[in-house]
Amino acid sequence: MQSNLIISAIVALVALAAGAVILPDWAMFLFAMALAKGLVCLGIVGMMRGGVVSFGQGLYYCLGAYTATLVANNFGISDIFLLTFLSALVCLLVGIAFGPLLSNYRGIFFAMLSLALSMVLYGSLSKMSFIGGTDGLNIAAPTFLGWAPEGRPLQAALYIYVVTISVIAGTLMRIYFDSERGLLTLATRDNELRVEYLGASVRNIMTYNYVFGAVLGGIGGTIAALALGHVDPEFAFWTTSGEFVFVAILAGYLSVPAVFVSAIILELVRSFSNLYFPNTWQLALGIFLLAVIIALPNGLGSLVRRWKGNKA
Amino acid sequence: MSTGVLEVRDVQKSFGAVTAAKDISVTVPEGAVYSLIGTNGAGKTTFVNMVTGYIKPDSGQINFRDRNIIGMAPRQITRMGIHRSFQIAQLCNELTVEENMLVADAIHGATGPSFLRNAHDKDARARAIATLERFNIAEHRDRLIPELSGGVKKLLDIAMAMAGDTQIMLLDEPTSGVAADEKFPIMDLVMDALRSAGVTVIFVEHDMDIVTRYSERVLAFYDGRIIADDAPDEVLSDSEVQRYVTGAPA
Amino acid sequence: MDLAATILVDGLIYAGWLFIVSVGLTLVFGVLNILNIAHGSLYAIGAYASASLVGAYFASGGDAFPYGSYAALILAAVLVALVLGPLLERGLLRFFYGRDEVLNVLVTYAVFLILEDVMKLIWGVNPYFVYEPYTLLGDVEIGPLFYVGYDFAVIAAAIIVGLVVWLTLNHTQIGKVVLAVIHDSEMSQTMGVNVQRVYLGAFMAGAFLAALGGALTAPMISVTPGLGVNVIIVAFAVVIIGGLGSIPGAAIGALMVGISRAASVHLLPEAELFIIYFVMAIVLLFRPEGLFAKTQARKI
Repeated sequence: MQSNLIISAIVALVALAAGAVILPDWAMFLFAMALAKGLVCLGIVGMMRGGVVSFGQGLYYCLGAYTATLVANNFGISDIFLLTFLSALVCLLVGIAFGPLLSNYRGIFFAMLSLALSMVLYGSLSKMSFIGGTDGLNIAAPTFLGWAPEGRPLQAALYIYVVTISVIAGTLMRIYFDSERGLLTLATRDNELRVEYLGASVRNIMTYNYVFGAVLGGIGGTIAALALGHVDPEFAFWTTSGEFVFVAILAGYLSVPAVFVSAIILELVRSFSNLYFPNTWQLALGIFLLAVIIALPNGLGSLVRRWKGNKA
Repeated sequence: MSTGVLEVRDVQKSFGAVTAAKDISVTVPEGAVYSLIGTNGAGKTTFVNMVTGYIKPDSGQINFRDRNIIGMAPRQITRMGIHRSFQIAQLCNELTVEENMLVADAIHGATGPSFLRNAHDKDARARAIATLERFNIAEHRDRLIPELSGGVKKLLDIAMAMAGDTQIMLLDEPTSGVAADEKFPIMDLVMDALRSAGVTVIFVEHDMDIVTRYSERVLAFYDGRIIADDAPDEVLSDSEVQRYVTGAPA
Repeated sequence: MDLAATILVDGLIYAGWLFIVSVGLTLVFGVLNILNIAHGSLYAIGAYASASLVGAYFASGGDAFPYGSYAALILAAVLVALVLGPLLERGLLRFFYGRDEVLNVLVTYAVFLILEDVMKLIWGVNPYFVYEPYTLLGDVEIGPLFYVGYDFAVIAAAIIVGLVVWLTLNHTQIGKVVLAVIHDSEMSQTMGVNVQRVYLGAFMAGAFLAALGGALTAPMISVTPGLGVNVIIVAFAVVIIGGLGSIPGAAIGALMVGISRAASVHLLPEAELFIIYFVMAIVLLFRPEGLFAKTQARKI
């Protein structure tokens, strides 16, 4: 089972990395952004397995993006590995601060409280003119352990970086989902009372899922900032978080690849409706969202499981 | 100091104007089998809930091996070895029977639940299936909870509670929701498993045949008080118990 | 002293407006158990509709009796409720009753996205101004401070809305039925209550209140796209503070948010957006289900 997972991860890595050669520039950018957001959504899926959905994952997406930008602009650090690490660390610490607090809440309250936290960040950043206010900040292109590519090589390098991080994160999360802790998370979603009366702390389980989500959010935000070359408070706005939730619901909690596939689908739908219905792309997106919720109540991942089930 | 594995001293609890526990004092010796009887609302489940930390008494002491456990969370009390089952079996409905058992095993494994070790690991499954076999429900291992009969659910509920180092087991109406002809076979199975593990048992029960057959001592509850605490025959022939609890001469 | 009075009055004005919007949101949640993001869209549509109707009123000789424009404002809200209420509730939301709360938030988020663009298709992207109703009531002098009379009309409207909702729920037959459905819709159904009709009625009432909030605001601002985005998020904070589904909670929540926002605007402008969520976070810390929510221990 474990070796199957490693093989799948390597296959996914090679297949996706081939995109660096095959894909046209626009598609490579689109995929890089989609995978970066997919990382954030993977964190939400981790929480969904425990029965809660964060409507404020933009908090960590934004926090990661701003951390990377501020570090890059103020300390002249441009190495992508270091920037990613620092953003992840900041989000880890913030996640550890808020996690135990939020782990007491469920359902709509968890969703709204996490949303409130992200809106606090949005509100604060919008008013801080010394770091760009609502206009945000620019961030220079990253370097890769001293290598400073430009043009297509830069895009390709960034793309391969996000592919690698996504595959590693996806593999680790799959291992976690399948672990004893992962099973406890599913049990918690199902019956908290049972879990507590078996001697496990539901709060502890919820906190870990939240903290993992925070770190993934920070990494996703960093990569998105570097791909765009720009950050602004919109990263933390509730509609941004809403899209993350949408991807997570579209994916369902059964399959990890489904999360990234869903993120890519959303990016594709968005850019094509942007292209073909420039004034009504939100309308197209909304209709697509409704169609998905109605047609696939358990997410894209349930298709895979159904297909596997039929085969067996 | 004391001889009981569980000592309850002068415990009081009221919910607003309703007294749920009044001057409750009991000493349960190691390895004993106690049953709690009484009408609905007499205070039996409140007793179980207080001992397992779901409800905090207003005053009094509850000692487990001479250690006061009042104020501890259910999971801490569980970790000390006091486990319970529920009137309505508390199971994870979206998981299979085996997965439910795996959850219990994962929590009580030697190292605590791991972030890396696969939950469906070969050893873990073997352990889970062994426990399921002990409770005679291994054949249902791949079924989801809603497909099970009341009796199987009860057995799984108890089997999960036995995953840890269980020292006291409180069974809240182990035969409620179980078909009449299954009651005795299920109790036989459960009591054999608990006795062979040397567990002290306290069970809440309405069926007096089960009370007399399985318990060594009976606590009769009425209006939040214990009105009798003695061997089954003595308690069931007590006039107060007959008037308030059983409703008829035994 | 003056500052305190200013903060109080500003806070009340903001709270009045906020209450009208929030009470609709909390009513819909109480009955349908759906936290409706599209409530913000209904608010925005109310604002556009009233801008159009008031504009049309003055264009067709309304200057002779300018006070008629207030009827146009309210008519706009009624129209929004009559058209969109049944469309959304019967056409979409009823298929999601009893589903997961958070999934339902996402459903209404989709509706919100759709309506955002529908508004642009109908009203375009240029701003609408209808200032006439705003200036009509003159100014009010409180001590050294001047206020626009219309602002106080909004507070009055909020009080009337609150009273009507409260009286309807607690002192009429319909209200009793609605409360029964809020308490336990399955039980009500078996008792012969037409739950479907209560759902539709409650949703239309909620839509009316959202649109009314927008309609009353239209004369005070320029009506532009994106109006609903911020409103809904503040209204969420209000109903969460007060306790989901609680009418008095919406009132207290609106007052708390209104006054703390006004205080922030005057004392610490940087924190204007921050303060609302800060208040919400503090309340939830101490009352995890909001101020007026009924908490119930689970029986095991």
